[in-house]
Amino acid sequence: MSDFSEELIESKTEDDQEESYVFSGTGMSFPWLQNHIGTIATGGKKEKDFAQTTSACLSFIQEALLKHQWQQAAEYMHSYLQILEDSDSHKRQAAPEIIWKLGSEILFYHPKSNMETFNTFADRMKNIGVMNYLKVRFHINLYPVFHIEVKKPERNLFHSRNARYSEKANSHIVFLNFFRLFLGILQFLFFSKAPLELTLTDEDDYAYNAASQSMLNHSCKTSVNLGALIQTPGVWDPFVKSYVEMLEFYGDRDGAREVLTNYAYDEKFPSNPNAHVYLYNFLKREKAPREKLISVLKILYQIVPSHKLMLEFHSLLRKSEKEDHRKLGLEVLFGVLDFAGCTKNITAWKYLAKYLRQILMGNHLAWVQEEWNSRKNWWPDFHFSSFWAKNDWKEDKTLACEKALVAGILLGKGCRYFRFISKQDDEVLRKKIKRIKKSVENHSIVNPGL
Amino acid sequence: MDLEEAKEFKERCTQCAAVSWGLTDEGKYYCTSCHNVTERSKEVINTGAIPNTKIQAINRGLKRKRKLEKGWDWYVCEGFQQILYQQAEALKTLGVGPKLKDEVLHNFWKRYLQKSKQAYCKNPVYTRGRKATVLEDNPSHSDWDSEPDLLSDFSCPSFVESGPDSQLDSRTQKPFPISKASQSASICSGSLDGVKYSQQKEKGIVKMTVPRTLAFCYLSLLWQRETITLSDLLRFVEEGHIPYINAFQHFPEEMKLYGRDKGIFAIESWPAYEDIYKKMIEIAKFLDLPRFPDITEDCYLHPDILCMKYLMEVNLPDEMNDLTYQVVKMTGIGEVDFLTFDPIAKMAKTVKYDIQAVAVIVIVLKLLFLLDDNLEWTLSNIAEKYNEKNKEDKPWFDFRKWYQVMKKSVDEKKQKWEEARAKYVWKSEKPLYHSSIDRAVVYKRREMVVSLQKQFSALTDSAPTVEKKSPSSFQFNWTEGDSAGTCFHGHSLQGILKKKGQSLTTKNSLYWLSTQKFCRSYCKHVTTYEESNFSLSYQFIINLFSFLLRIKASSLHEEVSLIEKRLFKRKYSKTQKKSRSRKRRKY
Repeated sequence: MSDFSEELIESKTEDDQEESYVFSGTGMSFPWLQNHIGTIATGGKKEKDFAQTTSACLSFIQEALLKHQWQQAAEYMHSYLQILEDSDSHKRQAAPEIIWKLGSEILFYHPKSNMETFNTFADRMKNIGVMNYLKVRFHINLYPVFHIEVKKPERNLFHSRNARYSEKANSHIVFLNFFRLFLGILQFLFFSKAPLELTLTDEDDYAYNAASQSMLNHSCKTSVNLGALIQTPGVWDPFVKSYVEMLEFYGDRDGAREVLTNYAYDEKFPSNPNAHVYLYNFLKREKAPREKLISVLKILYQIVPSHKLMLEFHSLLRKSEKEDHRKLGLEVLFGVLDFAGCTKNITAWKYLAKYLRQILMGNHLAWVQEEWNSRKNWWPDFHFSSFWAKNDWKEDKTLACEKALVAGILLGKGCRYFRFISKQDDEVLRKKIKRIKKSVENHSIVNPGL
Repeated sequence: MDLEEAKEFKERCTQCAAVSWGLTDEGKYYCTSCHNVTERSKEVINTGAIPNTKIQAINRGLKRKRKLEKGWDWYVCEGFQQILYQQAEALKTLGVGPKLKDEVLHNFWKRYLQKSKQAYCKNPVYTRGRKATVLEDNPSHSDWDSEPDLLSDFSCPSFVESGPDSQLDSRTQKPFPISKASQSASICSGSLDGVKYSQQKEKGIVKMTVPRTLAFCYLSLLWQRETITLSDLLRFVEEGHIPYINAFQHFPEEMKLYGRDKGIFAIESWPAYEDIYKKMIEIAKFLDLPRFPDITEDCYLHPDILCMKYLMEVNLPDEMNDLTYQVVKMTGIGEVDFLTFDPIAKMAKTVKYDIQAVAVIVIVLKLLFLLDDNLEWTLSNIAEKYNEKNKEDKPWFDFRKWYQVMKKSVDEKKQKWEEARAKYVWKSEKPLYHSSIDRAVVYKRREMVVSLQKQFSALTDSAPTVEKKSPSSFQFNWTEGDSAGTCFHGHSLQGILKKKGQSLTTKNSLYWLSTQKFCRSYCKHVTTYEESNFSLSYQFIINLFSFLLRIKASSLHEEVSLIEKRLFKRKYSKTQKKSRSRKRRKY
């Protein structure tokens, strides 16, 4: 402890530096201005001690909340409530919101609080004029969700939606939607819990009937809430998904289809690839005709050409009897491989190799050339450089073989990639490479005479 | 619960603005949407249906009373008198002699009323101002009304008793007791002259305010030479031992306060030392008080005794008493003429006894340790080594150890103090409102706050954490011989003093002055205190003492400078000679 004095002196020099930093710094942060501004705001008058202590109290509460000291926070809250009687009407009017936020936070976590105290608190908030009462209601219902006591929270919510608040609520359309959404989720939670209970009870039991009855009830309510929500343009992916899940559970296939179709095709909605994905998956489950599936994926192709469903799309197109579908199939494959993320997709390469051969055998050289013309400037470097050849060979020999075949067909025997692979001596793959060489010779689009 | 019957009530609800009323069992309207119960009750329109005319009369009377919230007729000065009475009682329970209340304060107050022409004079303001209206209205009424019932003897209970009697008389005499005059007065305030009082701006009259009640208290304490300093008084106020904030809560039930009274009696700040000090001088001058009783060496307020007290308080060695005694003697601040308050003197100015005593201690610390962030630590090293070697002897005072002990306990105390302040309950149980219109709203709000508070206090521990401290003039408690060795009272200053001839002098021969520039303009500042210009140990000591007295650090610094000015007169007047036995050079 003998160097205590040094400590003091040291801290002093540090202070000095700090100070000079404030003055010399180029930034616009002047923490010491804060105090001055504080006095300016009050018109040079000295702030009353009441105002001072309440703001000190507020910072004590915030600190306590930060440190999760709910007990202390509640103690300070007791004193902070006085601000509701502040003679400064500005502060008085701003207070309810603050009190609501702090108070609900405290009650949320305080070990002694429960649903009941939380409800009474919220009830009182209504009377001191919290601006958006719907929000309060919302919080009330979060309580049971987070405290895992989902009983029938939505009952409260429905109560809160009676006439006298709807006026205010309508002015907060955004929140109203949010609220619906929440309501929907709650019901979905309830729904997803219910089947579990059902499996536990005996089917012949009276309880089973009652349970299924109540579930039907719920689904009814849910469709009201989620259905209304989904009508509004926006991206509602998880909700649409859960909504459809519920509808399917109750066998309402037409309803589900309608929802999904609407979600995917309504022009008011923002362009959303997932909407089409959901619709496609649904239709696939339904075993819809190929034609229909293709039409859905066609739109998805326009939005996201690199989507992983594109390979499925390709196989659909390949099987199609229509010529333009088959042409599109080639386009799709080339499109997928345009993306850097798909360069190592072995399926895509395999499909391409196979399909190229198939098409060239079918005498559609023009299709290939059409696709290739726009790519021949950059694909050689993008896919078929000698670096990639070495790399691919090292990492995945099958991929390298597929790529070598494609490279051979598109660029001819002289291309670096193909040459590298064909020179490799691998016992397992020797036969395969031989076959590749052969098919390159047969099918290469590059004129061998050149 | 009859919605049909409530249909004729068409006003909007004050809480939720809905027009949807029901009737409670008591006949009051309540809002069906937010359950807000109004003060309005359903009026019985068809009076013909009521056979008993007596009921009718009662009905009317009750209604009128509620509307105007009529209590006694009272004057603003009576309110202040009530507060002074409470404060005097509180001082009495703190152990101040009964004379203070019955003789001193009473006399001061009488003198004030006289000087401000409110009573005890030929033509008091109340009769002058109100005579015309009152007289034409009802002579018998003005009998008790015109001259505020300013107790011939000061004790309040008698005033309380005399009030309702006369009130009741007049009410029984007249079926409608509200005279024109009082009606007009009571629309905007509960007191009769609240409106006029708040507008009054007469030159030369010191108007009574709530902080001035404390100035009155201090004046009478000073007159009695009681053992309470101004900083003590204000601390007791803050700790709630003396009624001040919401003092009106304890007014008699029938003294109604609202409207302008709010501005007069509601206080939202703790008293500040400088402010009350100024007010005290102002009042003493206004009252034209004679020279106060002499403050001699055996008075508590004499710097020697106060220094002793504060040395004990901040845990410094008793031996320092000799040094403070010397400083006091040399500066002449212990002399009777200097210490005694004389309001009639040309420059009425009293000594801030507590600040002065503390400043003397600061100077002594500077003399001993220089407080330049260097010498005090060197001396501490020496003391530490000595103490380690000689464990049997009386220990030498170790500044560093003292600093560590004090720093810790002051920080703790400060933290507690800040927390207690943040938890302070400002609002009274009896809310004040501006007019009868917002009365219901204010009461409703109060109710809401109380119920919310109840909810949150249910969450805290059952035992309230802020227990009321019993009043004490000491804030720290250092007992000799506790195991932790945190008490420094018995430590010796041997390491710091050295023998020179017959007298002891400080080892440290240097000194630095807190200021060399005194403000000569009329801004009334002595000097300025820019914390960062001073050494850290000086800052610590100044902050320690200013926290103890709950004053601004700058005012203590000013006082230190003033005493230094007296101590080193010659330095200031630029004479070369050093007159003291201790040699000092300017640092």
